[in-house]
Amino acid sequence: MKRFMSKAVLATMAASLMLAPAAMAGTIKVGAILAVTGGASFLGGPEARTLEMLVEELNAKGGINGDKIELILKDSAASPEKAISFAKQLIEEEQVLAIIGPSTSGEAMKIKNISEQGKTPLLSCAAAEVIVNPVASYVFKTPQSDSLAAKKIFMEMNRMGISKIAVLTGNTGFGNAGKGQLLKIAPEFGIEVVESEVYDKKATDLSAVVAKIRANKDVQAVINWSIVPAQAIVVKNMRQAGWDVPLFQSHGFGNIKYVEAAGVAAEGIIFPAGRLLIADSLPADHPQAALLNSYVSEYESRYKETASTFGGHAYDAFTILVKAIETAGNDRVKVRAAVENLQGFAGTGGVFNFSATDHNGLDIDAFQMMTVKDGKFVAYSGQ
Amino acid sequence: MTTELFIQYCFAGLTYGSIYAIVAIGFNIIYNTTGIINFAQGEFVMLGGMISISLLPFMPMPLAIASAVVLTMVIGALIEIVFIRWLKDPSVLRMIIITIGISILTREAASHVWGENIRALPYFIGNEITAISILGARISPQVLVVIGVCGLMVATLGVFFKTTSVGRQMRACSANRTAAVLCGINTRNMVTFSFILSAGIGALAGCIMSPITYSQYDIGTGLAIKGFTVAIIGGLGNAGSAVIAGLLLGLIEAFSVSVVPLAFQDAIAIAILLIILFVRPHGLFGSSEAAGLKEF
Repeated sequence: MKRFMSKAVLATMAASLMLAPAAMAGTIKVGAILAVTGGASFLGGPEARTLEMLVEELNAKGGINGDKIELILKDSAASPEKAISFAKQLIEEEQVLAIIGPSTSGEAMKIKNISEQGKTPLLSCAAAEVIVNPVASYVFKTPQSDSLAAKKIFMEMNRMGISKIAVLTGNTGFGNAGKGQLLKIAPEFGIEVVESEVYDKKATDLSAVVAKIRANKDVQAVINWSIVPAQAIVVKNMRQAGWDVPLFQSHGFGNIKYVEAAGVAAEGIIFPAGRLLIADSLPADHPQAALLNSYVSEYESRYKETASTFGGHAYDAFTILVKAIETAGNDRVKVRAAVENLQGFAGTGGVFNFSATDHNGLDIDAFQMMTVKDGKFVAYSGQ
Repeated sequence: MTTELFIQYCFAGLTYGSIYAIVAIGFNIIYNTTGIINFAQGEFVMLGGMISISLLPFMPMPLAIASAVVLTMVIGALIEIVFIRWLKDPSVLRMIIITIGISILTREAASHVWGENIRALPYFIGNEITAISILGARISPQVLVVIGVCGLMVATLGVFFKTTSVGRQMRACSANRTAAVLCGINTRNMVTFSFILSAGIGALAGCIMSPITYSQYDIGTGLAIKGFTVAIIGGLGNAGSAVIAGLLLGLIEAFSVSVVPLAFQDAIAIAILLIILFVRPHGLFGSSEAAGLKEF
């Protein structure tokens, strides 16, 4: 009996091996490397769920020109080493058409060269400037760049007549990259950074450092640039101390959970972010309005959680890829060229205009200044 | 430095310090009865916060906190009964590795139950921006709650160990286990009891600090390291000196911000830990002779 069983298993396996290639005909393999678990799961989780939802919808509608999409999703847990081995596996063994992800900038930088050498388009969901600057011909990214967010903040500061500021950043890749951009760009806008501090991503109370920067009477405003939950502690400690200077945050604040965590202390925070957060209040003729509303409502009804801009980066990567496949078919080189030539494509992050020198395709208009009012994100219109 | 800034740093330091002290006391209670460091102590703090937040929609806050503390105590007891109790004469190293395993297991389980999002209990008094003015410095009332409850907990523990029968039996265990057995004390039950007790005070600390620090599935590790540092600085096994060492470390961390960048705050704590381990391995307030007699 035992022997019979093992034979039966072998036969089934052999049969499925023979069947496999037949089932593959008419499918396009797309890889995804996302941090679904681990420290960056607040990025990778919504990204992975968005991709699964989009692939299912597309295949239900009959795919692209009759070809179905097969999504091969790998969980890197934000580890660059895992991202490297998954990238090689996807390119060499699975021979995917393109890779979506990774979620964090550290991983993206590690696999930038691998995708370039493997001539496989990479559509990064991580934000750092260095991913597409210098340009690598096969590497693209969908999130808006840090420098644009920094400029948007400084433009508002110029308007408000603020010239001396304090900068607080979280000690993650996002925080460090942001700090670099802020310090570099501030002089262009005539703004002086008089205090600069870095806090731990696991900080539990920051009232001491708030007291320290508050003691510098020159500080007219604070920029708190971080993507970790500890950024909400800064907000609370500042307002508890009764310090009511304007508080600017980065696009890393664009998660309603952080607003809930900071409670009433979050009221009046000013920050740049993609328009996804205020999708329901966009004018109907805005190029992004229709797609944002449909994405947000579909995602929220399916997963029973608030849609975030992070899931939106994966949405953009996938829809850009689909658009490219529609014209170029299942061919890595042609798809790469099709992405590079894409113009006026509205996504969740903004309107993309790619070119040979710009593999992000977004300009400063992709950001909208927002504020928090009654515990919700609303468009900021000056004070 | 102005008085205002001085007071502000003091209270920041006392807040961190009380939390560290409570975690360190948890370490000490278990160390006294078993001779091991329970590296899952930080997870008890996390569980207390998380469970109370989950219960809050169904009951008033005091009841949610009480239930969370009781549930965490049950979990503490289960951990001891399942993983530690049946071991016959285990080596210290083996028990320590077991507690590290428990800590990882608890953390991963919590990440599946509650996800990666941060949560928090609401402020007990007022809201996120309520503050009371003390000599020009503005302090959140929750800070006073944390310091007060921690003080109360230490006092209650002191009375418990001095006056109750169970407390005396636990002290007998820590003084000399063999002698305690000869006196008819069930030392195994005392070990279970020490896990229950330290789970309970950890959970209560997790609840009262939640509005200030937030609760997340992985806050335990950081707290365990700080609590361990404090326990070592004070001298392992000594609850009273853990309180002094905790407040001391909290104040040093808070005032260090005025001299060096904030990023060095943790480096300072670890540097102190290393210096103590090299120079006074029995702690600032411990006796070197007593430490020499212990296995670990």
